Amino acid sequence: MVKRIVVGAHYGLRDWLVQRITAVVMAAFALLMLFIVLFHRPEHYGAWKALMSQQWMRLASLLFLLALFWHAWIGVRDVFMDYIKPAGLRLLLLVGVVLLLVAYALWSVQILWSLY
Amino acid sequence: MKFRIYRYDPDKDAQPYMRDYDIALEPTDRMLLDALVRIKAEDDSLSLRRSCREGVCGSDAMNINGRNGLACITRLADLKEPVELRPLPGLPVIRDLIVDMSQFFKQYHSIKPYLRNDAAPPSPDKERLQSPAEREELDGLYECILCACCSTSCPSFWWNPDKFVGPAGLLAAYRFIADTRDQATSERLDDLEDPYRLFRCHSIMNCVDVCPKGLNPTRAIGKIKDLMVRRMT
Repeated sequence: MVKRIVVGAHYGLRDWLVQRITAVVMAAFALLMLFIVLFHRPEHYGAWKALMSQQWMRLASLLFLLALFWHAWIGVRDVFMDYIKPAGLRLLLLVGVVLLLVAYALWSVQILWSLY
Repeated sequence: MKFRIYRYDPDKDAQPYMRDYDIALEPTDRMLLDALVRIKAEDDSLSLRRSCREGVCGSDAMNINGRNGLACITRLADLKEPVELRPLPGLPVIRDLIVDMSQFFKQYHSIKPYLRNDAAPPSPDKERLQSPAEREELDGLYECILCACCSTSCPSFWWNPDKFVGPAGLLAAYRFIADTRDQATSERLDDLEDPYRLFRCHSIMNCVDVCPKGLNPTRAIGKIKDLMVRRMT
């Protein structure tokens, strides 16, 4: 059987751009955390809890986590595209990764908003 | 001078092996190709491609002590002994240091490496003119000699040589996108906007590291992406 080489999916630019934007979001959050640890110095559980349960911090954390999951999706898909050659297996793994990351995102919301 | 050279003749050898050579050089032997020609004179079973012997034709690209380069412009004095020579990685070996470059050229042809312009020239006896600034845009792009040092040092090309255009092909693609006389920019960008053809490049820059002509495919690829972003936003 002749194996046909198929390309021309006409996507990729958006993902490439998103990977860079999410990287900037994650770097900004990392700097924010560094700043908090260095200058705000929350030293015990109560201080951390008070910090993390503020609405702006919840939103910042959620943005960071969503950026992380989106970034991870693009990166993992790239790795699978390089190394997993059978298309059926690749699709199965990609679906698994999407479901896992969506579940993580929902779980993140539950964790962040359950702090009082 | 000591050499270890990859040998494989599919007609005779069950598998490839490394053969040692110890060769007496003449004071006029400056470049690796000079030594290879001397080895070939002693052992005429060794197969390699070479032609211009001055870094213009791109025939004698090979893996020299783990790094792709042209034998004819690689100074012997700079090489650590024993000099280990292998064929370019990632392409099928035909014999010894000769690889089958079909896949590489297929990718090059896929970007349509010629000017596409349907407009009639200003007059039949006149060229399509460019300003010096427009011509300058092509510097660092047109000099590629298609030796394949870059593409065969790129892991993305190793994993997907049938789908990823590779640094040499993408440099050539940008050479025509950057040319003011070419009118097919939009079609060229459409053709490259693909997770495999362009976006397998993860900017690890092996191509820039090995290019014997000092070209920068990663920068050209970045400019293609830049144009795509400008087109999209």
